[in-house]
Amino acid sequence: MATQGAIVVDKERCKGCGVCVVNCPTEAIALSHEVNGKGYNFLSLVNPEKCIGCANCATVCPDSVITVYRVKI
Amino acid sequence: MDINEIIKPENKVYGKTPILKDNILHYCPGCSHGVVHKIIAEVIEEMGIQDKTIGISPVGCSVFAYNYLDIDWQQAAHGRAPALATATKRLMPDKYVFTYQGDGDLASIGTAEVMHACNRGENIVIIFINNAIYGMTGGQMAPTTLLGQVTATTPYGRKAELNGYPLKITELIAQLEGTCYVTRQSVQNPAAVRKTKKAIRKAFENSMMKKGTSFVEVVSTCNSGWKVPPVQANKWMEENMFPFYPLGDMKDR
Ligand SMILES: Cc1ncc(C[n+]2csc(CCOP(=O)(O)OP(=O)(O)O)c2C)c(N)n1
Ligand code: SF4
Ligand code: SF4
Ligand code: SF4
Ligand SMILES: [Mg+2]
Repeated sequence: MATQGAIVVDKERCKGCGVCVVNCPTEAIALSHEVNGKGYNFLSLVNPEKCIGCANCATVCPDSVITVYRVKI
Repeated sequence: MDINEIIKPENKVYGKTPILKDNILHYCPGCSHGVVHKIIAEVIEEMGIQDKTIGISPVGCSVFAYNYLDIDWQQAAHGRAPALATATKRLMPDKYVFTYQGDGDLASIGTAEVMHACNRGENIVIIFINNAIYGMTGGQMAPTTLLGQVTATTPYGRKAELNGYPLKITELIAQLEGTCYVTRQSVQNPAAVRKTKKAIRKAFENSMMKKGTSFVEVVSTCNSGWKVPPVQANKWMEENMFPFYPLGDMKDR
């Protein structure tokens, strides 16, 4: 069964380390060109239609920045 | 499907555990310490033992672990966490007691403490963050630093003639009669995180079964000390640390 996912990034907590990006199987996410209050290029869901809600990104995030949502379609 | 139709409480599948406080971690971007803190917090939440768990924080980057997990804590003198854990567990045997220690803390200044606590078979959990360096003090060589590895105190790479050999302390601990569970894990991808979580949960469960000491090493990165960016640090760890520090259970009884 296919799933559609979405993530919410607590951008002020994000440190732009990028370990989530390389663990996303669908290239749904990337570091933003903008920076947060600490000067970090925070994570952004750049291709929302690609997110399957697998939570890989959130699982490896050291700063617990990402909340994951998923629905069956 | 519109993203706002997905982002609803009933569709939430993963988020920050309430055992983690809202304080922003002081660790460098991408540091393994944050992932391991989160795993411990999730295990405590899933086991429902928040009011029964006492952590002992070390000296090292994770000295401030007590700022992040909403449980009871003590902070030990450098390397002495296993001694403090011994006393705590003996006085309060109904509590889950764990130490959280770096490789400088556990395998250098605290070698005697950890060896004897494990040899006595104290019913505690020891979580050992091996990033092959002294992160907190600026990236000096640790006993666990690999041969050839460049650090602030081995600028031309660690040499056995001058600096001795990297210490596989976990293998030594596995030989001690007092330990019941000794394993080496990592946290660089989702599968590794899940395995580490299983290992830490088993270690916590063991500590209530009077089986002896459970010891979980997590091969980790210190991207600031290693002077490589976080993603490359994980790669460097896989290529250089894993061959010398192979992952898996060493003992489980
Ligand atoms: C008695 C004493 N000796 C030395 C130090 C300096 N010191 C602070 S942290 C540390 C080592 C930390 O390395 P590690 O345990 O590997 O932790 P990491 O920061 O890498 O997580 C040292 C030597 C100290 N604080 N106290
Ligand atoms: S892993 Fe976490 S902190 Fe690092 S870039 Fe991704 S969301 Fe930000
Ligand atoms: S939930 Fe999965 S698919 Fe969606 S952004 Fe995270 S890793 Fe990528
Ligand atoms: S110095 Fe190393 S161990 Fe310490 S927070 Fe930074 S990356 Fe982590
Ligand atoms: Mg260290």
